[in-house]
Amino acid sequence: MAKMTMIQAIRDAHNVAMERDNTVVVFGEDVGAFGGVFRCTEGLQETFGEDRCFDTPINELGIVATAVGMAAAGLRPVAEIQFSDYMYPGYDQIVSEAARMRSRSAGDFTAPLVVRMPVGGGIFGANCHSQSPEALFAHVAGLTSVIPSNPYDAKGLLLSAIESNDPVVFMEPKRLYNGPFDGDHEAPIQPWRSHELGEVPEGHYTVPIGTAAIARAGTQVTVLAYGTMVHVAQKAVVDAGIDAEIVDLRTIVPLDIETIVNSVNKTGRCVVVHEATKTAGFGAELVATVMEHCFYSLEAPIVRVTGWDMPYPHAQEWDYFISPQRITDGLYAALRDD
Amino acid sequence: MNPMNRLELYTEMVRIRQYESRILQEYHADKSPAWDIGAGLIPGEMHLAAGQEPAAVGVCAHLKKGDGITAPHRPHHFALAHGVDMNAMTAEIYGRTTGLCKGKGGHMHLFDPENHFSCSGIIAQGYPVACGQALAMKRKGTDNVAIAVAGEGAANQGAFHESLNLAAVWNLPVVFIIEDNDWAISVPRSDSTATTSNADRAAGYGIPGVRVEDNDVEAVFEAAGAAIDRARSGEGPSLIEIHTLRLWGHFEGDAQAYRTDLETVDERDPIPRYAAMLLESGELTEDQVQEIAATADAEVDAAIQFALNSPIPAPEDALLHVFA
Repeated sequence: MAKMTMIQAIRDAHNVAMERDNTVVVFGEDVGAFGGVFRCTEGLQETFGEDRCFDTPINELGIVATAVGMAAAGLRPVAEIQFSDYMYPGYDQIVSEAARMRSRSAGDFTAPLVVRMPVGGGIFGANCHSQSPEALFAHVAGLTSVIPSNPYDAKGLLLSAIESNDPVVFMEPKRLYNGPFDGDHEAPIQPWRSHELGEVPEGHYTVPIGTAAIARAGTQVTVLAYGTMVHVAQKAVVDAGIDAEIVDLRTIVPLDIETIVNSVNKTGRCVVVHEATKTAGFGAELVATVMEHCFYSLEAPIVRVTGWDMPYPHAQEWDYFISPQRITDGLYAALRDD
Repeated sequence: MNPMNRLELYTEMVRIRQYESRILQEYHADKSPAWDIGAGLIPGEMHLAAGQEPAAVGVCAHLKKGDGITAPHRPHHFALAHGVDMNAMTAEIYGRTTGLCKGKGGHMHLFDPENHFSCSGIIAQGYPVACGQALAMKRKGTDNVAIAVAGEGAANQGAFHESLNLAAVWNLPVVFIIEDNDWAISVPRSDSTATTSNADRAAGYGIPGVRVEDNDVEAVFEAAGAAIDRARSGEGPSLIEIHTLRLWGHFEGDAQAYRTDLETVDERDPIPRYAAMLLESGELTEDQVQEIAATADAEVDAAIQFALNSPIPAPEDALLHVFA
């Protein structure tokens, strides 16, 4: 076992995958000699050569589209979109080509590709470097959507994603790259080395796609979260002194309905948390899923704690970004018995 | 074409440089830890335009009221050269209520309706928007022009090529400016671009294309003047690629280890070179050099003080302006 940041874990997953399978190729803007703006591909070009890890021009459409072609023709492309906010020119290719390849060819062609992208706020990136677009992917049939919350899962899930025979959108919460950020921006930055999930095994292992994790076991209320919000929820639960169960979804499509249902049936209460805007966010899907499966177990209305319905603001970074206090308020609301 | 005023070109370049230098200093003054770009009084990414002043100053010298600019993520030089208010722009960079966008945009998203100035953090986004702006100007019967600016990296995006085609087909009063600073973050243009000059690409769309070498403000002035005159008189779009210089990192904090041309960067700085030329010809004196820098410094000082004295926006104000 080694202590790793999420950046190092993601880099390690690339190394392991490229070592095991020479059809794995890694490309994107600045991923080659530079090693990626967040350093996630550092050293890959040096180790595996320019044929396996290479820079692209700035053209997200081309990055995703060539990944589709490579994947259909037998490679396992891992493409990086520098920020998820840049993916829209490539979105057409993700939706119209990658996601449908298997269905429209009745299984004759597949697109086993991974598109990695940093998501989320917490770095004063304003409206073009802070977005959480997971609902835009979750809504597209044929796409797998993964959002890890720690180095251990990031490596194991990325290896699963690369080995998956379907296209995977792999969303990396950028605020978690260097530490388990709990939403308290005035506190000193916590490093991953002091967190148990900063312990990352050497070599190959996988975390299965479609399985949630219980980040904290509890009895009073279920919190459904993913990415950075798992850590913010942890702090909220401690601050509030509430015995909440926190479910880290890890993949939102396919969704681990069984784990969610078991937890909510046990606690009878549910708070859904995500950084993205509220309206038609993935939380709406979670609420509907809980209602379908757990209606008779619920003791109170399900509460959503989400980003505000607005483009991500610059100056009001910490008013937009969900604080532990907002989740605590949500927990109290879900625990009310009136 | 406006007559060229060398002293004005020089003065405006110095004004921009003093601005970028002070923002550089203020940006790093309170970053702790140094890599935490969210820390400090100027939080967030910072892309400064030092070295690229000739492009902005040479182009904007020809612009008048009603002309528009769409700029990219590195916008300060074009904003200042186009007359965007320095106080309001600085307050935006600091995220204050008196900022151009009341603090909602930050340094990559400066919007000034008075000067038809806008920018976007998404690469090549401004090119097609400028076409729409140009179409509106044409429909209104004005002789205004839209200037679309982005870097050489942007010229490989589909949006760039679609824009050139649209502008040509619709004969729009738009001038496409490519600032070729050799580097798209870490990627040299030779690794990303199939042609040695993006000006050659104009031919594919049947519009004039020129490349200005040597980061020469006067050559930019001449090329831009011809293109802007052409657009104003209804003769259609043009493309100008300006070979310029990224004096500093792509973003502040960029160690630039990838950069093979780092050693010669300082000697290629266009401003001392232009100053030397004007001193040599007697069009500028040493006293003026000091005076011009001092005047710029005072203006920048005042803008930073204005920003620092301005209120931080209330949380609830973030929710304004989402819908009409």
